Amino acid sequence: MTDFENLKQIAKQLRREIVTMVYNAQSGHPGGSLSAIDILTVLYFGGILRYDPKNPDWEDRDRFILSKGHASPALYSVLAYAGYFPKEELLTYRKTKGYAPDGYSRLQGHPAWQHNKHGAPGVEASTGSLGQGLSVAIGQALSLKLWGKDSRVYVMLGDGEIQEGMIWEAAMFAGHHKIDNLCAILDNNNLQIDGDVREIINIHPLKEKFEAFRWNVIEIDGHDYKQIYDAFIRAKNTKGKPTIIIAHTVKGKGVSFMENNFKWHGVAPNKEDYEKAIAELMA
Amino acid sequence: MMTVIDIKNAPKKAIRDTYGEVLVELGKMDPDMVVLDADLSESTRTHKFHLAYPERFFNAGIAEQNMIGIAAGFAYTGRTVYASSFAIFLSGRAWEIIRQQIAYNKLNVKLVASHGGVSVGQDGASHQMNEDISLMRSLPNMNVIVPADSVEMEKVLKKVHYIKEPFYIRMGREKFPVIMPSDYEFEVGKGYTLKEGSDVSIIACGVMVSIALQTAYELEEEGISVEVINMASIKPIDKELIIQTANKTGAVVTSEEHSVIGGLGSAVAEVLSEEGCNAVLVRHGVEDRFALSGPAWEVMEELGLSVEGLKSKVKYALEKKCQK
Repeated sequence: MTDFENLKQIAKQLRREIVTMVYNAQSGHPGGSLSAIDILTVLYFGGILRYDPKNPDWEDRDRFILSKGHASPALYSVLAYAGYFPKEELLTYRKTKGYAPDGYSRLQGHPAWQHNKHGAPGVEASTGSLGQGLSVAIGQALSLKLWGKDSRVYVMLGDGEIQEGMIWEAAMFAGHHKIDNLCAILDNNNLQIDGDVREIINIHPLKEKFEAFRWNVIEIDGHDYKQIYDAFIRAKNTKGKPTIIIAHTVKGKGVSFMENNFKWHGVAPNKEDYEKAIAELMA
Repeated sequence: MMTVIDIKNAPKKAIRDTYGEVLVELGKMDPDMVVLDADLSESTRTHKFHLAYPERFFNAGIAEQNMIGIAAGFAYTGRTVYASSFAIFLSGRAWEIIRQQIAYNKLNVKLVASHGGVSVGQDGASHQMNEDISLMRSLPNMNVIVPADSVEMEKVLKKVHYIKEPFYIRMGREKFPVIMPSDYEFEVGKGYTLKEGSDVSIIACGVMVSIALQTAYELEEEGISVEVINMASIKPIDKELIIQTANKTGAVVTSEEHSVIGGLGSAVAEVLSEEGCNAVLVRHGVEDRFALSGPAWEVMEELGLSVEGLKSKVKYALEKKCQK
């Protein structure tokens, strides 16, 4: 039985790390990291993703790709807590110096692949330029299948991100090839840099769109641990189709003044806001 | 004394035919290799691999960006990946994905482009790609190779297959004269002197190598001694050979089926100027313009990518050299 109460506590710590990383760097994307963190917590600490932090190249591992790479504080904090690297390294996020072999930071603004010379262990693909992660995940999923592995590939997309045309090239390909070891998660937080996704370029309806592209679609509340967990299990049990979990989330979730406010997409808090945020996340 | 190559009677073969054949050979030896195409597999000749190893061939449809993303995904898992399309779509449409995924992470993906340059002919400006060397050369970690004929293509593929780095390999559409000796060994970063000379050097790549040779032989009859170098490896480039030939003849003409901006001509110019070489440099290629429809060799003729066109550039270079 998965201990959802424990996951909730972990997510709270990770939220503090996210806010601290962005505050420390005075740069980064808190909103979309906070909306995604509950899902990542279940994926990494709820027994869904198969991985070994001591052996990041373990060939039977599952893969996770953060296609919405600007949520890197969420990914980095998860990887640190999973044991890929020390938590102290989180303070090198977006800094010049750090722990790469050449002395520069491995926690680049947007994630760099673990074998990139400035990449962090556990990062399965370089992302940040939106729209590319789904295609990369398809390549990995096909490759693993071809080798007869039962590994699964997970990829998280942003709702604004799917305005990119390449996403739909990839969606068409995955549906056509029935890539069922692939699971996409849409962090549907309704906001992008310039405002409300529905007002900028409306991506809805989502379920019908992905179903038309031959995907299995599951819709959940992206902050409800049991719903997230159950969705991953259902995705795993779905054969003959890729699955997308459309997770309805709140941008900035957990910090009251950041919630549902697109102004917090890519802005670092000042000292006063930071202290307010941490106080809320300690409660 | 080097062997004189009879270009007019040399056998001709399309480089892409060799590509298809060698892919099948490599696929037999390397079970981890995969090949991707974007609905042009007959034209690029990857269909030969498709027929031989259908389970390791993937057609992305008319979606080059997705094809490159998938190619990267395969490479992240440790496979050797070949991805092909026309040069315009491969290097142009998918450039940013090539940059973010393949170049940035130094992935083991061979981007093999067909229909580079204007020799795609009748399809016209929309399909002619004269800017790809420039686009690819500017990417960190990317190697750029433009083979001169099918002999060289085979050597290139059998060499770079074992180098786990990104490569952009450019092929023309037409049948090119086979001019490289069968015992030739390709090395990344090395040029090859096909003909020695003392008055002027032509440094060429791709189809322009055979045209350069023909030009050199004809100029020889006019009493001009021309050195001809095949510079298939444009990045990394053979600095030593460039400096050596420039110091020897004092006049260099670069020749390519590509824009004079950003390609081989620019690469050679960078070397000559940074090394403080006192040689004249003239670039021969597609001027800063779009080309047009017409049978391939007619279009080449119109643009001056011909023996006559190259001759006049060589003579211009000699004039400049004398004025020095």
